[in-house]
Amino acid sequence: MDPSSTGIQEPFDLIRLSLSERVFVKLRGDRELTGILHAYDGHMNLILSDAEETIMIVDPVDGNFEGQGTVKVAKRKMEMLFVRGDGVILVSPPSRT
Amino acid sequence: MLIFSVFKTLTDQRVTVELKNDLSISGVLKSVDQFLNIRLDSIKVLDETRHPHMMAVKNCFIRGSVVRYVQLPAEHVDTQLLEDATRREAANQAKR
Repeated sequence: MDPSSTGIQEPFDLIRLSLSERVFVKLRGDRELTGILHAYDGHMNLILSDAEETIMIVDPVDGNFEGQGTVKVAKRKMEMLFVRGDGVILVSPPSRT
Repeated sequence: MLIFSVFKTLTDQRVTVELKNDLSISGVLKSVDQFLNIRLDSIKVLDETRHPHMMAVKNCFIRGSVVRYVQLPAEHVDTQLLEDATRREAANQAKR
């Protein structure tokens, strides 16, 4: 394999390079997390610190032609969190801003 | 294996396990295995009014696959050690 300048050869490398950085994680059940990534494994089990969870609770309203129900957003913070890999949809590295 | 080791170092600490059915149980971590099955002692269900049937339960075994989150005591987690161990394991995986 040719070691490219970015050091990314396989998908997990993207997560490896995000260690100790704030990542965005999308989970099953309309949940999202941001937190500082400290550990992961091949199952995508994660350990995050300073994690903030956002839960989207969609409340379908009848009689609304736009098909737009109200979306309630619940947030909560957790100091140190283990996330089981089977619930993970995607892990996104921090935006470089 | 890495996460398994992390949990092993956290035995006898109080953790909060959130299950996929939204039940949250806090308890003292007594043991863990390779599937991340978890045994908890002196458990307390966070929302007792919603789960009154759990009030009498004092210890339990949780199948790893039903866990969504585990809230860990941050002061007992060495984040630098974790990151180094993760990089090491990632390097080992790449060699295979």
